[in-house]
Amino acid sequence: MSAPATVHHPRIADIVGARNIITDPQGLAAYAVDAIEPQVAARPANAQEVAQLVAFAASENLAVIPTAARTQLSIGMPPARYDLAIDMTRLDRVISYDPGDLTLSVEPGIRLARLAETLAKHNQFLPLSVPFYERATVGGTLASGLDSPLRQAYGTARDFVLGMEFVSGDGALTKSGGRVVKNVSGYDLHKLFIGSIGSLGVITRINFKTFPLPSSERLFVASLPSSDGALALRQRIAASPISPSTLEILSPEIASLLFPSKAKFPSLDAARSSPSDWLLLAGISGSSAVLDHCSSDLSQLADQCDAKRSEMLSGSEREGVSSVVREAVPLIIQSSPSAIVLKITALPSDVHDVLQFVASESERYDVRPSALIRGVGVLYLFVLPDSPEAQKERAVVRQDILQAGERHNFRATVITCPSEWKRELGVWGPLHDDFLLMQRVKRAFDPRNIFAPGRFVGGL
Amino acid sequence: MNQQLILDLEHLLTREHVLSRPEDLLLYEYDGSVEVARPNCIVFPRDAADVVRIVEIANRHDVPIVGRGAGTGLSGGALARHGGIIVSFARMNRILEIDIENQRAVVQPGVVNSDLSAAVAHAGLHFAPDPSSQKACTIGGNVSENAGGPHTLAYGVTTNHVLGMQLVLCDGQLIRIGGKSLDAPGYDLCGLFVGSEGTLALVTEITVRLTRLPETIKTLLAIYDRIDGATETVVEITARGITPAACEMLDGWTLRAVEAWVHAGFPLDSAAVLLIEVDGMREAAEEHAAQITEVCKLHGAREVRLARDAKERDLLWKGRKNAFGAVGRLSPTYYVQDGVIPRTKLPQTLREIDRIGKENGFEIGNIFHAGDGNLHPIILFDARDAQQFQRAVSTADAIIRFCIEMGGAITGEHGVGMEKDRLMPLLFTDADLALMRTVRDAFNPVGRFNPGKIFPTGKGCGEVRINPLPLSGSAGAPPSGPTPS
Ligand SMILES: Cc1cc2nc3c(=O)[nH]c(=O)nc-3n(C[C@H](O)[C@H](O)[C@H](O)COP(=O)(O)OP(=O)(O)OC[C@H]3O[C@@H](n4cnc5c(N)ncnc54)[C@H](O)[C@@H]3O)c2cc1C
Repeated sequence: MSAPATVHHPRIADIVGARNIITDPQGLAAYAVDAIEPQVAARPANAQEVAQLVAFAASENLAVIPTAARTQLSIGMPPARYDLAIDMTRLDRVISYDPGDLTLSVEPGIRLARLAETLAKHNQFLPLSVPFYERATVGGTLASGLDSPLRQAYGTARDFVLGMEFVSGDGALTKSGGRVVKNVSGYDLHKLFIGSIGSLGVITRINFKTFPLPSSERLFVASLPSSDGALALRQRIAASPISPSTLEILSPEIASLLFPSKAKFPSLDAARSSPSDWLLLAGISGSSAVLDHCSSDLSQLADQCDAKRSEMLSGSEREGVSSVVREAVPLIIQSSPSAIVLKITALPSDVHDVLQFVASESERYDVRPSALIRGVGVLYLFVLPDSPEAQKERAVVRQDILQAGERHNFRATVITCPSEWKRELGVWGPLHDDFLLMQRVKRAFDPRNIFAPGRFVGGL
Repeated sequence: MNQQLILDLEHLLTREHVLSRPEDLLLYEYDGSVEVARPNCIVFPRDAADVVRIVEIANRHDVPIVGRGAGTGLSGGALARHGGIIVSFARMNRILEIDIENQRAVVQPGVVNSDLSAAVAHAGLHFAPDPSSQKACTIGGNVSENAGGPHTLAYGVTTNHVLGMQLVLCDGQLIRIGGKSLDAPGYDLCGLFVGSEGTLALVTEITVRLTRLPETIKTLLAIYDRIDGATETVVEITARGITPAACEMLDGWTLRAVEAWVHAGFPLDSAAVLLIEVDGMREAAEEHAAQITEVCKLHGAREVRLARDAKERDLLWKGRKNAFGAVGRLSPTYYVQDGVIPRTKLPQTLREIDRIGKENGFEIGNIFHAGDGNLHPIILFDARDAQQFQRAVSTADAIIRFCIEMGGAITGEHGVGMEKDRLMPLLFTDADLALMRTVRDAFNPVGRFNPGKIFPTGKGCGEVRINPLPLSGSAGAPPSGPTPS
């Protein structure tokens, strides 16, 4: 780690204007990443100002972390250095939107919820149904690599981002891709930014393909006595012509945590027969004829898998339940701030074994993790500590779950946990030989190592 | 040095799997494009270990390496622009694993695209990227070009279906990126390597996603007396938020060429046809077919035919997918362009292409992926006439410039290769290109892999593009398109 640089504020004020720099301790506390505060935060108004800030940071060797709504700064390792926060929230414009072409170009600081309003006027949307939905920005969502329940049908951002403009480590404003839905001109550098948590540069513009809003939607909920039953139903749905837009499984503990109160969602309650039920939720969309067909197919499949009960949710109840599931991670952290949340990816057919493995390892420590499982083979595992020190929870995550992926065909990372445990846990899990390539990517974009140093995989 | 190189390669692979006689080299001077470049030799590795050794030999002799699938590429990607070794993946054509339950397959790069789909059809699955060349082109080639196809409108292009790869780096290291499960932690390396046109690494194994075949397919043929009617239909289908599985357009000139050969049933007196497919659950497919028919009629379609059965549907698609072959019967050499525009700009763009053609004395045919604004104007020329070839190239350039003016890009699916490297600055600034070069150099610092591709070389186009000595009587090989089955 190099000696901390001293930030020369007036130069930054020259770039963004005195009103747009934050230097007071209280103001800076809001920009803390893993309890480490920057010396200055700057709020640029446009891409040119971002480029100037980065060029300045590069010349002074200042460590930079781009931030926006600050809802996902818990991802990654604590930064090795952190001098300058670049607050992107003023870059919040829709640069161009062509509903007829279903293409969109926005600045990264625009909030997802606000953008959704603009798109909804034209009956369109972006399938980014991510946590902290009301606050989260488009840029932060992409940089954090968040996935959403809608990936079942629409994939993740890499599947519908058409191009980006960004500022890389030398302060140059650079772009890749374009604004057309099909394009192979040059390298797809923008894909590297998705999930890079600011370690390659600052995104200043994002071009998207948008999607028509479905004419109507419903949510099928079935309760099953075991994870086996729920996973079997998942498999049958995946092999059927139904094409659900979302497909999630909630373990009994998560279901109870997310839906504690009776009566708020009566149909959901009706679909559950006991607190030990596993819940499967499948979103379907289309015309009423399509929905009717899907509904009857889904209940048949549920019967075949010995579901105890099932219900079809619509209207505000569907929306309510979907948004609770979308907000699962923040809701659980809110009630249990020292929760360790892992993201585990595995083949759908291996999810059963992963659950067994995690359960048996945890049992040895008397820990009881719970899971939200996406149908595509992505699990969010919640380890909720019994005590503030969380000795045994930390042990099982560190020694067993994170390390065991290779042997048990999964990959695990900790996406959120109290900052002070991160070094001990090593949130990214073990490195693979592709790390060598990631180092080369990092060096190409950020030769001076000024972007979020130390936060990304392998300390990049 | 060449002799020692050949001896070293023969020692590794046996003589049978190294080609270096002049008549062999001639065959590998071409791909599907109008470019020409002669390699020193062609080698046929059996497995990744062979590829590693080949890279080591190339390093020792300091010669370039160019990967080659089926050579159907349309931008000169598989040509050894600066000579060297062509690594043909023809022998690495095994499907290594099919995982029905998880909808994955692991293949060697030389597997032919449609062979994979055929191998999983029994389970109701297919590999969704379906370039029109799918009966010949390889998955390695698809990955390198990030190939598209008619059905990528709804299903996404190659990059949306590649989950992992095994790569040989230019220092001979063998590395895996991505994998069978999703979201590997770290940078999206697959996202970078797919579409990198063989300039970053050689691909020795690919893990792909398989897609479920739809329950119902409906194929429509909408017939127009005016080209504008067809293009306006596409604009309105898009604007109404209907996403067909495929939406292809053939103009009158092209459909007549096709009809003369394939007899797909395209009416000879029409100005354009749209071949539109909708699929999914039965009710959804029926609704979409009805909505699309309405839009077609609204824009003056004189008839909208619905393929009655799989046989009729296959015939329509045969007409579409063999179109280049049909054009090849009219002229030994033709230039297939690949531009892309926002779909809203289709009507004026087709009018402009027509105008540019007339201005330069060419009749230009159009057969293309209309639904995603991916144009393929076809310019016929006589390769023996160097001036005419030059004019064909400048005509194509004028079209690409117009695409860019419309907010489009220089290539939608065929790649930059050695065809459009000089056009890159029309789209990208020096800073954009500098960063792309830095990334290339991070993986391929000495230009070992596929040198002279993607990045502008600074030479005027005429010098590098035209081989003044047409060796086989024509400078551009008729694309080795699929033959009618
Ligand atoms: C009639 C016809 C129709 C076509 N239709 C379409 C279409 O609809 N959509 C579309 O996208 N394209 C289309 N193409 C273009 C072409 O078929 C595609 O680009 C295809 O993906 C090329 O595959 P290939 O195996 O022939 O690759 P090649 O042409 O042999 O090679 C293409 C590129 O891939 C590289 N490469 C190949 N294998 C490897 C490897 N293992 N490792 C590293 N690099 C490698 C080569 O160096 C080269 O740069 C068409 C071509 C023809 C002739």
